[in-house]
Amino acid sequence: MSEFTRRDGRKPDELRPIKMKVGVLDKADGSAYVEQGGTKVLVAVYGPREVHPRHLGLPESAIVRCRYHMAPFSTKERKSPTPTRREIELSKVIKEALASTIMLDLYPRTTIDIFVEVLQADGGTRCAGITAASLALAHAGIPMIDLVSACAVGKWNGRIIVDLTGEEDEECEADMPVALMPSLERVTLIQLNGRLTPDEFLEAFNLAVKACKYIGELQKATLRSYYEKIKEEVLYEQ
Amino acid sequence: MSTIEERRLVLPGDLVVEGEGYELGANVYRDGVKIYSQVIGLASIVDNKVSVTALKGVYIPKRGDIVVGIVREVGITRWLIDINSPYQGVLPAVDVIGRKFSTDKIDLKDYLKVGDVIVARVVSFDRTTDAILTVDGKGLGRVDNGRLEYITPTKIPRLIGKKGSMINLIKKESGCNITIGKNGVILIEGPSRELEELVAELVKKIDREAHVPGLTDRVAEILRSSMKGGQV
Repeated sequence: MSEFTRRDGRKPDELRPIKMKVGVLDKADGSAYVEQGGTKVLVAVYGPREVHPRHLGLPESAIVRCRYHMAPFSTKERKSPTPTRREIELSKVIKEALASTIMLDLYPRTTIDIFVEVLQADGGTRCAGITAASLALAHAGIPMIDLVSACAVGKWNGRIIVDLTGEEDEECEADMPVALMPSLERVTLIQLNGRLTPDEFLEAFNLAVKACKYIGELQKATLRSYYEKIKEEVLYEQ
Repeated sequence: MSTIEERRLVLPGDLVVEGEGYELGANVYRDGVKIYSQVIGLASIVDNKVSVTALKGVYIPKRGDIVVGIVREVGITRWLIDINSPYQGVLPAVDVIGRKFSTDKIDLKDYLKVGDVIVARVVSFDRTTDAILTVDGKGLGRVDNGRLEYITPTKIPRLIGKKGSMINLIKKESGCNITIGKNGVILIEGPSRELEELVAELVKKIDREAHVPGLTDRVAEILRSSMKGGQV
């Protein structure tokens, strides 16, 4: 087998370097920042809080509202700040990928608002957005059955690869974002653009599950270290 | 099965314990024989009851709770009160005036204005209605002095301490009168602004360090050193 390399020199099953941080915004109830290679996403979560306008509230459960938005400076060409059709669709997709884990029936007549802001786009922004939003929800103390971790897989030059860059995304034969609850191993989102054979699909899906679980471990470590850091600081002062 | 209180940090989806015969406490859910956490918090098992003390969360009104609220809107027959919760508080006018009254002769603004702070008790709350409040009772009603400080509502037990150890310590050492609203709003009334400020700082410290052991000792140390430091 000849050596297969991607444009950035990664192996097919190699993720880009990931950075995560929670508690980056003071005014939001929960917040998180995720960097995955050249993709940078900031998420703020508010809630549960009163619904405005009131008629949107549901008598038996909380509602989730989500805004996925790309900053005008997130791409090479200036992106108009007006939400595009794509952004409106992604808002819905992200909302649904997260809502299935939130225990909405605990807070009737309230809303949980999620703001996903893409600061820099280089492929996999919806996945990084879901990963970051899940961190922010956990940081806000919103009851959930599990975290959500997301990662894209795809087919590029005939090979199944993980965590596509923006460039790979443009050239690829297929692209498949997957979101997963890492502890319970349940899928909350799966989309597929392009074509895969059943065998390729299975290979890609398994790779995505592996990647999501790895990202899940990073998320858990990030949340733990947020509280452990306070502990260390306090103990150090003594 | 034994009683353990391990105070382990758990995250949503983390397995807290596996097995039969456990009772579900706060912030956990069951899937088969496995019990998982719903939130970031500290897990404990006491008398086979599994629960997680959340490190963050909103206030959900409960009947009988004392809350500190701010008047947000004056209506014709009731005030709407901001009680630091996703649900608002409603204070009926009859409760303050104490008798039948005619709405064209009485202006509720003469009793409570927007921005006034009140200490109230929750009379009723359920999923379909807002929290009904009352100011009828000892220590309830409008507040004219002091300052407010906010704490994560889930950390109020920590602020009170075991059998009130923490709050009594702070009250005794600082000489301040402290009203703990279950909604995470703390009313501090003291002999001087500096002392009120000191208590407010301590409340913030408890909020931040609730999950770190030895908190009562650290608070006691700060109180001792600042009271000795001649702040009074």
